[in-house]
Amino acid sequence: MASTSQDKQNQDESNETGRWASLIGGGAMVLMGLRQRSLRGALTAIAGGTLAYQAATKKGGIQEALGMDKTITVEKTVTINKPAAELYRFWRNLENLPHFMKHLKSVTVISDKRSHWVANAPMGASVEWDADIIEERENEFISWASVEGADVDNSGFVRFKPAPADRGTEVKVVMEYAPPGGAVTAAIAKIFGEEPEQQIGDELRRFKMLMEAGEIATTEGQPKGS
Amino acid sequence: MKAVCWQGANQVQVETVPDPKLLNPRDAILKVTSTAICGSDLHIYGGYIPTVQKGDIIGHEFMGEIVEVGSGVNNLKVGDRVVVPSTIGCGNCFYCQRDMWSLCDNSNPKGWMEEKLWGSITSAIYGYSHLLGGYAGAQAEYVRVPFADVGVVKVPKDIPDEKLLFISDAIPTGYMGAELCNIQPGDTVAVWGCGAVGIFAMISAYMMGAERVIAIDRFPERLEMARKYAKAEVINYEEVSAGDALKEMTGGRGPDCCLDAVGLEAHGVGIEDFYDQTKQKLKLETDRPHVLREMMVACRKGGTLSIMGVYGGFVDKLPIGAVMNKGLTMRAGQMHGQKYMHKLLDLVLNGELDPSFVVTHQLPLEQAPHAYKIFQQKQDNCVKVVLKP
Repeated sequence: MASTSQDKQNQDESNETGRWASLIGGGAMVLMGLRQRSLRGALTAIAGGTLAYQAATKKGGIQEALGMDKTITVEKTVTINKPAAELYRFWRNLENLPHFMKHLKSVTVISDKRSHWVANAPMGASVEWDADIIEERENEFISWASVEGADVDNSGFVRFKPAPADRGTEVKVVMEYAPPGGAVTAAIAKIFGEEPEQQIGDELRRFKMLMEAGEIATTEGQPKGS
Repeated sequence: MKAVCWQGANQVQVETVPDPKLLNPRDAILKVTSTAICGSDLHIYGGYIPTVQKGDIIGHEFMGEIVEVGSGVNNLKVGDRVVVPSTIGCGNCFYCQRDMWSLCDNSNPKGWMEEKLWGSITSAIYGYSHLLGGYAGAQAEYVRVPFADVGVVKVPKDIPDEKLLFISDAIPTGYMGAELCNIQPGDTVAVWGCGAVGIFAMISAYMMGAERVIAIDRFPERLEMARKYAKAEVINYEEVSAGDALKEMTGGRGPDCCLDAVGLEAHGVGIEDFYDQTKQKLKLETDRPHVLREMMVACRKGGTLSIMGVYGGFVDKLPIGAVMNKGLTMRAGQMHGQKYMHKLLDLVLNGELDPSFVVTHQLPLEQAPHAYKIFQQKQDNCVKVVLKP
């Protein structure tokens, strides 16, 4: 019997979800593999599997045509000479994140799943959003996404994977920001600089310093001549 | 406090700047009793190292007395006399734990620049550009020592500074250079450059079983120092071709090991030197690879090249065909001070090594501008300057 178009769509969706799950768990570049899908959609689909196929497709159409598709995506991996469990524990307490993420002013945990984030913006301003944890697997994986009404629509995941031969843990962070446009977009662009990859790289390095060396190397406040 | 601050190419001045403070729990503050000018400081002085900024305090070879320790330092106390290695290592990362301290993952707070330029981040070095961490240097009355709990060696109070100071940088650099040569009994080791690092490399080569050491330089007083204190046979490359002389002196084979203790400001002779000098001045080439080229051609088949002279960027026209076809091994690195300092201190304390002969000038810190000038221009037979804050 020929399959209906609904069956076909379900089949495609299930294949796609499986592909994303293996992509996110594997050793390759995640963002390359996602291509035209939004990270949020992929993360949600993997977590629940009930999401409609369309929701996983990146905002396109009019927005893209108007050149408003300012989505910022970054992916960065660093190896940390500590067991995954220790790194996961520190990260899972989201209120620890501003210790090494310089652009964050604070993260307040509201419930087991929900947290409130405040990031610094230029001129002493700030942007805020609530985020929900979409999925967590102890010592392995945490994904999150902002909820309705965020100043900045964002989502991401961090993955802790033991390095080969017991040489520490490979920590991968993938994030996606979709600023709504206008003044806030400009502010976000400044927060994340012209090179968001470099910024997330710096933040992961600070996380590594804190975990391995117990402190973050700095020269701020040292003497200098004129 | 007073500190030596870089002002621009070929210009330093002694300025009054704020005293350093503890910034992290594992920091200590050191009152500097002796601080040397390293040959590699001349690369900064000459403006060859990028990302050094006007006003930066320079200097990385030093010792002194602990005056303050952070809450995370339990093995040092105020009044301890210590020597500090020039490379900064955290002690906990993959590299530090394997005794490769100059490859530390965690000491450079500005690592993104190195990652872009070299693909990875190496350890920070005191007073050696923002590329390498941007830490304030030690040609000053006081200096902040990060990761002090793993980054210093305590020394006895009854030995003069001049016998201990070079454990900070010049001796371990020379020693590691010799170690990278993988010297076998009977080997002949050729060393380019008879500054402090080159001479300590020669002495170390004999300790490791070398049969002969051949020193190459162009300044008679340096060649004399190599002959007298390091039992080296010498070649003045302004009088004879170093390549030809090395062949003749080694039965036509070439030295078993070749060690570069010169680095990116190498001088050559003739058209090749003109080519590199011109390209470097026009910023078409950051480093002058004269010594590297000569080593690659001079070395015997299957031999080893050890690069301890500092390079920062790019070079032209390396005879890579010689390296490949002759089956050469090439090894290099900033020295891993924390790996060697205890062993080298023992050599000094038991009298096997007295490095104080390299000091030709001892001057007050205030005379740093004069000291840099005479060291750069090799005036007054200057080989090594120690500044006293």
